Amino acid sequence: MTYVHQVGSRRYAFADLKDLMAKATPPRSGDMLAGIAAATAEENVAAKMALAEVPLKTFLTQVLVPYETDEVTRLIIDGHDQAAFAPVSAFTVGDFRDWLLSDAADGPALARLAPGLTPEMVAAVSKLMRNQDLILVAKKCRVVTRFRNTIGLPGTLAVRLQPNHPTDDPAGISAAMLDGLLYGCGDAVIGINPASDSLPVLDKLIKLTAEVIERFEIPTQSCILTHVTSSIELMNRGAPVDLVFQSIAGTEGANRSFGIDLAVLKEGTDAARSLKRGTVGQNAMYFETGQGSALSADAHHGVDQQTLEARAYGVARVFEPLLVNTVVGFIGPEYLYDGKQIIRAGLEDHFCGKLLGVPLGVDVCYTNHAEADQDDMDTLLTLLAAAGVTYIMGIPGADDVMLNYQSTSFHDALYVREVFGAKRAPEFEAWLERMAITGADGRLLPSSGAHPLLGFAKERAA
Amino acid sequence: MSAHPPRDPWSGLARHTPARIALGRTGASLPTEEVLKFALAHAQARDAVHTPFDAAATAEQVRGLGFETLEVASAAPARDTYLRRPDLGRKLGEESRALLGARSAPAVDLALVVADGLSSAAVHAQAVPFLAALKPWIAQEGWTTPPVVIAREARVALGDEAGALLNARAVLVMIGERPGLSSPDSLGLYLTLGPRVGLSDAVRNCISNVRAEGLSHAAAAFKLAWLLKEAFRRGLTGVDLKDESDDFLVEGKPPLRLG
Repeated sequence: MTYVHQVGSRRYAFADLKDLMAKATPPRSGDMLAGIAAATAEENVAAKMALAEVPLKTFLTQVLVPYETDEVTRLIIDGHDQAAFAPVSAFTVGDFRDWLLSDAADGPALARLAPGLTPEMVAAVSKLMRNQDLILVAKKCRVVTRFRNTIGLPGTLAVRLQPNHPTDDPAGISAAMLDGLLYGCGDAVIGINPASDSLPVLDKLIKLTAEVIERFEIPTQSCILTHVTSSIELMNRGAPVDLVFQSIAGTEGANRSFGIDLAVLKEGTDAARSLKRGTVGQNAMYFETGQGSALSADAHHGVDQQTLEARAYGVARVFEPLLVNTVVGFIGPEYLYDGKQIIRAGLEDHFCGKLLGVPLGVDVCYTNHAEADQDDMDTLLTLLAAAGVTYIMGIPGADDVMLNYQSTSFHDALYVREVFGAKRAPEFEAWLERMAITGADGRLLPSSGAHPLLGFAKERAA
Repeated sequence: MSAHPPRDPWSGLARHTPARIALGRTGASLPTEEVLKFALAHAQARDAVHTPFDAAATAEQVRGLGFETLEVASAAPARDTYLRRPDLGRKLGEESRALLGARSAPAVDLALVVADGLSSAAVHAQAVPFLAALKPWIAQEGWTTPPVVIAREARVALGDEAGALLNARAVLVMIGERPGLSSPDSLGLYLTLGPRVGLSDAVRNCISNVRAEGLSHAAAAFKLAWLLKEAFRRGLTGVDLKDESDDFLVEGKPPLRLG
């Protein structure tokens, strides 16, 4: 079905719903690379105006990626909750924006609505929203998950401790891990990106993090960010796996390029839950996503990268993850060119994830060939904290020496806590105080060279 | 209060990792010295991406090693297009295609392509000393080579087209890697057997982090020679050709011959 919009004497026509969505997206290099972006600024706004008139129901009958050949589309359509959708079923996309910003759309109403929304509906409305709209609505959403602590409570913001090392050296990883803990970070997860994919190395890293958590009774969880099939194999061998990691995307083809499908994600989820290593809950998955991955895998079906990213959250939510993270600026300038595009994408991703009921964190990051710097990251971090982001990354000095990109630091997390008064996960906050790392106000105490955690790092170094 | 916030008392652990640990703090924030150190590292990485590639000087130095050279450009006309359009960086510009295609090319063993990639700084610093280290292995094995291609605004896959036009059994692309904050001048080596347009990265072997603080030129040259000899012997490169060259090191150093 063709969509048209008239601006003065100029008539804009859009071939179908996915063309309309792509043309209505705020400008970004990835959609230009794919050849699907609006040709002019006016066409971009004309597409937004036409999209505002489209009934939300349309997304249930006009799919953007074919139902027959894509299991992600089948998951979305077959899993749609009509009853939950009822309150907004008569709305157009434009009406939906107005309603989301109204007082009627409070936290409980949005939580009830989530199963009735498809990723495409959420992506569509985001295209009509300004940055402040994305922040305001996301702030109202509440998504709470649990494993050994409680993530996502109002007024909290968690941090993933990311102690990567270029050669997976246990002493180097321990040093970075202790640095992070002593800076009050690590409530979301202690998560290592291994340089190696060899199972003995991964096993050693899992045991190292498990040992720290057990010995110091830290109310947090660990994760080695390796392929889901490797985690399953490690669990079969008896490794103490807390969270199972996997990169996911919004189409079956892109997931296939990652070597996964929905069945193997279910297998990983079931295996992790069967270990029952969580103490206050069993949200046992950790997913990472990022705009552009489907185009990169040549599996984008002519759909814009922001919509496909929202579909990745549609995949994530059925596995009830503890954490989902958009690695927003990692992919490079051919998908998100500069700080402006990265900031916009980070806010869109967070909004879409939260509205779909996913515990969304953001890796506020960039590479050195993108037109971005620390000032852009400060801006995005501050906006996301205002939007109630579930968690951010904590990397020593913001410099990941294994993955060669810049993210947020332990200091950045302290900054956000100072400015917004954001607390850590309550169990972890209490542990930090018990360990005399923070005082009753949550601020770091002056550091001492005699802290018991340092003894652990020195043993690893010996 | 002293003028400089002290580093954290566990700064001794910093010797175990290049990560920026035990930086100290002033309130919630980084000390001035660390903010400036980070800014400098980022500036160097940015410059590595954006400093124009001095193809003429690189070509002259390569000729100084006794190679002939050919200068080419990709289809990306400028740096900002190159960054936005990876597809253009993967193919030769029209003039360059004509230049390579005009040669009546006898079959050769190994085409050599020096490409700026994402770090001209890496190519300026590493390409010539690496080629100097590789040359004795080429001579020892009797491999034939066409003129070295010096390529501007180029990505790895440009070597496929260049290697095919030069009628080479294999192509080696020496390219500036995406610069990290602590590694702005790291060279990557990509070896591909049977170069032709349309190959995927799964059929390449990659040796990365070639630089003084990473893999030395001599070690990288031996590794590459070992891989190439195996590639010719087994008729493949890529995921099925595993790098076992480390098994042949003598006291951690490359042997004198491939064996």
